[in-house]
Amino acid sequence: MSKLTVVEGSYAVAHAAKVCRPDVIPAYPITPQTHIVEELSQFAANGEIGACEYITVESEFSAISALIGASAAGARTYSATTSQGLALMHEVLFNASGMRLPLVMTVANRAMSAPLSIWNDHQDSIAQRDTGWIQLYAEDPQEAADMTPQVYKICEDSKIMLPAMACFDGFILTHVYEPVVLLEQDLTDEFLPPFAPEHILDPSNPKTFGAFADPSIYSEFRYMQELGMSAALKKIETVADEFNEIYGRYYGGLIDGYYLDDAEIVLVAMGSVIGTIKDVLDELRAEGKKVGLLKIRSFRPFPTDAIRNAVKNAAIIVPLDKSISIGKYEGALCTEIKASLYNTKIDIPVLGYMFGHGGRDIPPERIKKIVSEAEKAIVNGITIESSYADLREELL
Amino acid sequence: MNKTTELFAPGHRGCAGCCDALAAKFMLKAVGENCIVVTPTGCLEVFSTPFPESAWNVPWIHSLFENTAAVASGIEAALKALGRKNDTKIMAIGGDGATIDIGIRGLSGAFERGHDFTYVCVDNEAYMNTGVQRSGGTPFAATTTTTPAGKASFGNLRPKKNMPQIMLAHGSPYVATTSIAYPKDMMRKVKKATEITGPTYVHVHAPCTTGWGFDGSKTIELGRLAVQTALWPMMEIENGDITGVHKIRNKRPVEEYLKAQKRFKHLFSIPDGAEIIKKIQELADWNADQYDL
Amino acid sequence: MSSKLCIGGIVEPGSTVINKTGSWRTFKPIYHHEKCIKCGICELSCPESCIIKTEDGYYEIDYDYCKGCGICSNECPRETIEMVLEEK
Repeated sequence: MSKLTVVEGSYAVAHAAKVCRPDVIPAYPITPQTHIVEELSQFAANGEIGACEYITVESEFSAISALIGASAAGARTYSATTSQGLALMHEVLFNASGMRLPLVMTVANRAMSAPLSIWNDHQDSIAQRDTGWIQLYAEDPQEAADMTPQVYKICEDSKIMLPAMACFDGFILTHVYEPVVLLEQDLTDEFLPPFAPEHILDPSNPKTFGAFADPSIYSEFRYMQELGMSAALKKIETVADEFNEIYGRYYGGLIDGYYLDDAEIVLVAMGSVIGTIKDVLDELRAEGKKVGLLKIRSFRPFPTDAIRNAVKNAAIIVPLDKSISIGKYEGALCTEIKASLYNTKIDIPVLGYMFGHGGRDIPPERIKKIVSEAEKAIVNGITIESSYADLREELL
Repeated sequence: MNKTTELFAPGHRGCAGCCDALAAKFMLKAVGENCIVVTPTGCLEVFSTPFPESAWNVPWIHSLFENTAAVASGIEAALKALGRKNDTKIMAIGGDGATIDIGIRGLSGAFERGHDFTYVCVDNEAYMNTGVQRSGGTPFAATTTTTPAGKASFGNLRPKKNMPQIMLAHGSPYVATTSIAYPKDMMRKVKKATEITGPTYVHVHAPCTTGWGFDGSKTIELGRLAVQTALWPMMEIENGDITGVHKIRNKRPVEEYLKAQKRFKHLFSIPDGAEIIKKIQELADWNADQYDL
Repeated sequence: MSSKLCIGGIVEPGSTVINKTGSWRTFKPIYHHEKCIKCGICELSCPESCIIKTEDGYYEIDYDYCKGCGICSNECPRETIEMVLEEK
């Protein structure tokens, strides 16, 4: 039986990064990611990560740029960021995925300014959805820690070679103290093979990285990234199983379900709110309500087939979003779930809610209210497709 | 069949008489094959690496426009962590825009952190790749496509940013200025820079036939004139002290340099042109006096 | 170019040599070796690296790549290299 230790979520993730044996960690401090990089720099200072080079870069832009150089030179890399830092990296995110460098980065999800907010939502990583990065979302510190070796194994696969973000909610998960199993070094070495890329920057075999493409060749490189994402769809599932075999823990592959099989109302969510929803569902099931949860673990690649299969017998689907597309007035899950169902024979109403933006608390009562609204919508039909569930109307 | 043994291969798409091609050739000649080169977006990058071709016979990477020094610092850290640093030199080669303007944050950070690499700025004094727009390296009174001369303007209103001094302020153990017009001087300085441990900086003056408006056969001649007029002083600064200055034998008036280029042509026709030329001469005289050229 | 694209667009070194830039040329440099002092300035000054030292110490031009910029002719201290309008 693995030993449980009460640690902060950030420590669990930093420790997980350490046992993955990264060679280079360039990082720039930003709330609420700071504890992760502080722990890592202490590990490096203690000589606990081998010859790992920790680079105190002057910006997130340089953090991710140094990751590119290090990865192209053959190093396994790690960094962590959030919000404004992730946005500052935007241009480089495309570059890393286009160059097919399997960078791994933890994102401690936080709202975007303005107004300035240091608290949690998913706007930061959702805004990067089209940059060609794999995006997995964890529901608690243990999953966030366990996700770290998993994303290395996924993105370093020679058929995938795409960078990955392991996302977990800022403050709610980064700063919470919980009992977790710190990843064992011997098990991680068994689970995760060393990084051995086919091409590296090496004077004895001089290759050119980052040539420019004219219109006759550009789309093919984009399509090859899509093939990498397709390969990741399978790999995310098998890696979750392999992780379960070695460590004995499982959180789902692309998706996971909770009371999903016979659910009439299917809530769809990502991240720490999953825990709250599960508690609420236990109560509602005890009352005989057929409510289930579809947990989206992989947002990129988006598990369209798995979602179709999981929701096909529902009466209503209720995506719950910690992001908003301003001008469309709905969150990313809502849009993508709807798009996944179109052109199929699945004709189920989708009722979207946004909540928890800028760190606003999501109490169980709010979930219950959403469920009761969904019950009404099954009978009366949907009048508003998407709305804020926690808007303070009295201020408007 | 290609007969050259140069590490910068022919067949690249640089203009006839290209200064960047000369700079790349000299740098690789000086440093040899045991190096890794990082290049930002720019003329040199575009004309040397149109997929699926590359003029580089050394490992080479282009990431983006403004992150060259950060990429280089990641490579350096990786080689150290992997035990592969040995004698491998890491060389970043950026244009004036990538160095002086958009890339200065990353460059400053990498120098402050003390990575062991050499940054070479090949300065052709404007954004040539996008069609000759002004950069922080554009000299006083030069016209570019974004600082054209007109009734209300004589061209670029500001003098060049003094980049070597900025890099010197970072505590770099070696900062040098040189020119593609003096290949032996340039190769010696680049080689020396790569052999010194720590972040070293070489600023290379590079006349651009297309952007400055002169015949491609005159690339080296123009570079020589910039040095001979004292508009481009060539020196070495080691651990903060000037240890070598290229002395000018017969100092030439700046008119000779200005007249030879379209970007300064307006100075010989506009009403206050003579006054502006006088100011440029004063800049040259200041250099000559300050550095004892 | 291989039939299959390499992942990430990795390119082989020195592969621009398939691009024969000699077709760009308008003026062609011609050596008059009787004036040559074998100083090598022409070779050093060539942006195309297409001036090659021969066994007898003189220099020759690889016209496959010479773009006819004329730097070699301009820099030669002995007017050894004549630029001649090329008839094509």
